[in-house]
Order: sequence, then structure tokens, then C-alpha cells
Amino acid sequence: MKDGVAAAWPICLGYAPIGLAFGVLAQKAGLTPAEIGLMSLLVFAGSSQFIAVSMLSGGAGAISIVLTTFTVNLRHLLMSSSLAVHLRRLNAGWLSLYAYGITDESFALNMTRFREESWDWRRALVLNHTANLAWIASTIIGGYGGRFIPAGAFGIDYALPAMFICLLVLQLRGGLYVAVAIISGLLAVAFSLMFPGNAYIVAATAVAATIGVFLLRWKGKARESGEMS
Amino acid sequence: MKADYLLLVLGMGIVTYLPRWIPLIVLSRRELSEWLRQWLDFIPAAVLSALILPALVTTGEPRHLDVLQPALLVSIPTFLFAWRTRSLAGTVIVGMALFWIAGKIPIP
Repeated sequence: MKDGVAAAWPICLGYAPIGLAFGVLAQKAGLTPAEIGLMSLLVFAGSSQFIAVSMLSGGAGAISIVLTTFTVNLRHLLMSSSLAVHLRRLNAGWLSLYAYGITDESFALNMTRFREESWDWRRALVLNHTANLAWIASTIIGGYGGRFIPAGAFGIDYALPAMFICLLVLQLRGGLYVAVAIISGLLAVAFSLMFPGNAYIVAATAVAATIGVFLLRWKGKARESGEMS
Repeated sequence: MKADYLLLVLGMGIVTYLPRWIPLIVLSRRELSEWLRQWLDFIPAAVLSALILPALVTTGEPRHLDVLQPALLVSIPTFLFAWRTRSLAGTVIVGMALFWIAGKIPIP
């Protein structure tokens, strides 16, 4: 229990300013703190909540908001697949609870921790739900009084990018991972410039991971033939 | 709370939950092929990079390239700090501080 909470605090630190900012925006869009909290509880996916609120204040219909939410959050499909390797022999109930807490941040941190001997699904679950509580609480607080925090104070806009950068660094366990990350990043930039919407995230990730497997096998083959000669 | 808002967030919740839930349920009880396991092993590095880089070098709607953003400049020392320390909390604090300082420096 303690390990999970301790590991979650950097995520909470990153969520708090974003959650407050979301609360302020949502309140300006006409949502009450209860409505803000309900969205954070049911959706629990930051970027899609920001988009939904801006669509709401732009007068968009529910169907188009739900469809946009779906495409923005489709990337969790890949994260959930990747986590499944570490969550074998868990029953459907625990898996269903775990699934709720999969976010970019909890996914990346738990994947790093799962490679350590001392980490297990219970600690991972505590981490997920600690981050979840921090998110829900900070969005509601933002809805009440976040407007008293000046915009851009103390570099809070950079909390999430900084966290992502470190989470990426923690995944770079060798040359091949660095290569895959570079390929994925460049593809994502190219796709994002060519196509509107958010499909570029899933597309770039899937293509880069596929290239990674080919590189891995090609490297293995090169080594084999090197040993033969 | 209005009923149509409740329906909206329920819909958003369902379409967000299903992609989180289906692979866990389907893949965790199955023997995965060597190919798939290697592919999934590359997903974290790939997806994080695909999330970060476009945010740092593109801007606007429709998106266009803009490599002169303070966020990109600050990301270089932030990256180096993360690489050396591997500390998540430290990186968040250092990144915020650098970004804050960068905002105070007038761009010539």
C-alpha cells in the first residue's frame, strides 16, 4: 500500500496543476463542481476531458463529443495490451478494476516498475487509484476556485510535458528502444501534420513498434550469421 | 444535474473504458506469440514518444511545424536531467522551474 502511494506522488504532482486548470475551464464552460467531478470519475482521461469541455462550450452535440473522446483515448488499447503481459492469473474483477486506472502516466510508471522484482499488481493498483483520486480532487477544486491561481505561475504548464519526458527516458532500455522512440516521434509529427484529429498517436506507435520487431529480428539474424563465419 | 449531461459523460466513460478493458481481459489469459510479445514490449517507448514530440514541435489548428517554442528548448535540459537522475519527481520540478525561468527571459 505504502509503496504504491509513494510511487504515485510524482504523478499527483503533475496532475494537480492540470486538474486545477481543467476545473477552471470546465467551470467557465458552465459546469458545476459536481458535474466536473462526475466527468473526472467516469472518464479519467485528461486530454479528452479538455477537448470535451471546449467542444461543449462551442455547442457541439453529444454524439460528436463521444466519438472524439473515443479516438483520443484509443491509444489505451495499446497500453492495455502491453500491460496484459504483467497481469496474468488475475481474475476478471481485478482486471476490470485495473483497466479503469490505465492512463499514459500510470501505464508508463507501472511498466517501468513491473520490471523490478519488488513490484506487483497490488502496488500497481494502489498507484492507479492514488493518481485517480488526485485527478478527481484537483479538477473539483479547480471548479470551485482555481481561477485564483494566476495563469502560467511557476511553470505549471510544463508539469505534464516534463513528466512525459522522464517517463519516456525510463523506457529507453537500449539502442533499439531509442531507435523505436525516434521513429515513432518522427512518424507522429509527420502524421499529425498530414491528418487532422488524433489518430496519429495510435498509427505512429503501431508502425514504430512493428519496425522495432523487424529491427530486433534482423539484428538477431545478423548476429547468428556472424557467429557462423 | 441535467439528464443529457449525465448521458454524455456516461457515453464518454464507456468509450474510454472499453479500449482499456478489452485487451486486458482477452490477452491476459492467452499464450502470446513471440512476435506479439516483442511488439508489445516496444509500445511504451513508441507511444510516449508519439505523444511528446508532436506537442513540442507543432502548434495551431490546423497544425503546422513550429520548432521555436520555449517548450522544445526547455525539453533538452529536462531530458538530460531525466537521463542522469531517472527521478520522476525531480524531473517534474526541474522542468517546471526551467520553463518558468524561460518565460521570464525576453525573446530577442
